[in-house]
Amino acid sequence: MHLGRIIGNVICTMKDPALIGQKLLIVQPLDRKGRDKGYPVIALDAVGAGAGETIYWCRGREASFPFLPANLPTEATIVGIVDSVNIPVN
Amino acid sequence: MLIGRVIGDVVASQKVPSHEGRKILVVQPLQLDGTDRGDPVLALDAVSAGIGDRVLLTTEGFSSMTAVGRPNSPIDSAVIGVIDSVDLHDK
Repeated sequence: MHLGRIIGNVICTMKDPALIGQKLLIVQPLDRKGRDKGYPVIALDAVGAGAGETIYWCRGREASFPFLPANLPTEATIVGIVDSVNIPVN
Repeated sequence: MLIGRVIGDVVASQKVPSHEGRKILVVQPLQLDGTDRGDPVLALDAVSAGIGDRVLLTTEGFSSMTAVGRPNSPIDSAVIGVIDSVDLHDK
């Protein structure tokens, strides 16, 4: 999984029927210091995340598992809302 | 699998139910010489690893779910071993 921050959302009227009712959020991946890292991705939401929140997200086939028994065509899903990140500096 | 070092952890109270009860570790993948290899990832803990440990990290779904014991859950990375030592043979 990876850390990210929600920076927007995407609305699609025409889409795979399995995606109807799902939120499409834009996630900016973050590095260990919480800075933007790399390009944003579009992710489904399994936890009710909202704008500006720090989250962690899962990629790959596993990203569709929160929605079982439905099989959703997603390769990235937000699976948790981050309260705090603890990285002690050595 | 990759060698990594646990550099931190994450607290998330609102998350998918299948992640409940498992630590979320921040793991920095390492090269064989011990230097950083890319950026840290979040991995669920299957072996009670702690911050500072050098660990075996899997970055694929099936093996991660199996190790954590949560089949069909959204887990793409897990810590599946704490490394005691690594031997590199001379070329």
